[in-house]
Amino acid sequence: MQPIGLLIEFKDGRVKKANFGMATAARGENRHLIALVVGASAGEAKASLEAYGVARIININAGKRGWDPAIQAAAVVAAVEQFDITSLIGLTSPAGRELLPRIAARLDAPLVMDCTEIDLDAHRVKTSQYSGKTIATIALTGRHFIYGIRANVVAPREAPTVAEVIDFAFEENQSSGYQVIETRTDGSGTQYLAESDIIISGGRGLKSGENFKLLFECAGEMNASVGASRVAVDNGWVPYAMQVGQTGVKVNPKVYIAVGISGSVQHFAGMKTAKMIIAINSDANAAIMANCDYYAVGDLFEILPELKKKLDERRRG
Amino acid sequence: MNIYVCVKHVPDSAATITIEGKNGINEKITFLVNPYDEHAVTEAAKIKAAVAAVEVIAVCLGKPAAENTLRSAMAMGADRSILIETDRYHDSIFTARALAAAISSDGQPWIIFTGKESIDSEGMQTQFRLAANLGLPVATNVVKVDVDNGGVRVECEREAGTTDVVRMTTPCVIGAGKGLNTPNYPTFPDIVKSRKKAVRKIGVTELAIEKPAAGMEIEELLPAVEQRAPKALTGSAADIAAQIVDILKNEAKVI
Repeated sequence: MQPIGLLIEFKDGRVKKANFGMATAARGENRHLIALVVGASAGEAKASLEAYGVARIININAGKRGWDPAIQAAAVVAAVEQFDITSLIGLTSPAGRELLPRIAARLDAPLVMDCTEIDLDAHRVKTSQYSGKTIATIALTGRHFIYGIRANVVAPREAPTVAEVIDFAFEENQSSGYQVIETRTDGSGTQYLAESDIIISGGRGLKSGENFKLLFECAGEMNASVGASRVAVDNGWVPYAMQVGQTGVKVNPKVYIAVGISGSVQHFAGMKTAKMIIAINSDANAAIMANCDYYAVGDLFEILPELKKKLDERRRG
Repeated sequence: MNIYVCVKHVPDSAATITIEGKNGINEKITFLVNPYDEHAVTEAAKIKAAVAAVEVIAVCLGKPAAENTLRSAMAMGADRSILIETDRYHDSIFTARALAAAISSDGQPWIIFTGKESIDSEGMQTQFRLAANLGLPVATNVVKVDVDNGGVRVECEREAGTTDVVRMTTPCVIGAGKGLNTPNYPTFPDIVKSRKKAVRKIGVTELAIEKPAAGMEIEELLPAVEQRAPKALTGSAADIAAQIVDILKNEAKVI
């Protein structure tokens, strides 16, 4: 049996949904899924991980409570070695971007982030490069193989099993010279964009930060996240964390609704893998209108209030 | 004290990428400094302006044309630079070893800056491997740097609305994020001055880097296929909204 490690992420004490698609992608003949839980409670996770085929849960106690990627990465490396894990998969999420490269660097192991396909037997992956303009097939060689998977590339399918939980204590005995002294949240954080099924984004056409409330209102009706183009961020209308694109978040939702966004190459680099793109723009010649699934030429200030009304009517039945 | 800034020579994100052979691209397109590295150079220059006796050295592993990116880095504030010349693509495992070797052969680093990722290969890992090779702490997506005695205090933007405040001892590696500063776009006199600054060239083979046991090899590059067939939604604003709701419900099945 090939042991496949899964680096599990939590949100508000529960396993994030994107982990289930990751577990589904990792399953296969002669594979033994080992969930690595660090800085959280494995007990809470057991039932949900078992539903997706995890056979073993390593409950890593890294001593210090709270977020510290240097310590957590060291703890995961110790567990990988202890349990003979050769392949490790995590999410290309904010935490994954901190942890996976630290783990790979410590192990001097190959790593590909943001994989859209992973062949765990051949150690071969696909990922996009050059602002999403090319798809690269990359072969990994080494003693360990580390993969960052893009959220939502594989739909979760249940495969119930029974998992054993093993406690693993880790103590960092040398100073890393790195210490998280404080984590600040300003309350603006909602669901992480890259893990949303529906994203509604605004660009130059929104004209102000104030007008983004039209998007938030629609988003609230359909459990969507709100994104933005670089123009909206550079104008100071919304925070950088909402930026979708080359130099922002790369997203892969089921539906991406682009409102008042022209659709530059750099914006497409962040959302072109959306399963469906719906564009609303007053300019029929905007680039996005030629590279989407549905487009509406019209005034967003008329369409968005109607959309909110229709969504609200639907929700109320 | 030496601040090293690792920069990468990358295709302009707006350039048309044409694949050549199985895994290469046509390089007769506009290349520039990786955008995150511009923030790194700018921050290094800012620290130099505030702290006495600092030299800023830009370092790049690249083909001979990458000298242009080092010239840009020097126009933005680096004092001199090192070009590790190669004739091929290298993965981040090798790149980090080459950067570490070049820096170690040049001097004692105080701070090493990189960008948080490159926009061409988007690997997101060279800064971490560089730090591991040199045994240094590393922070990524850094949006604020304060230097004090014996260390640095940095702020790292982790996700929407979440910022980690991190203390690191020096020397350390800092991966610059977009929010760190507004890049110093050079003036004409800056560009003229940069032409007189020194670029030391080292052949990558002179660094005698042992071939790593691990690697990532690009076997094949293919153009990303875009095959959407746009369909128009027409009518009044209310009609369009109704059609969108219908699509979300019955076709995409997300509501």
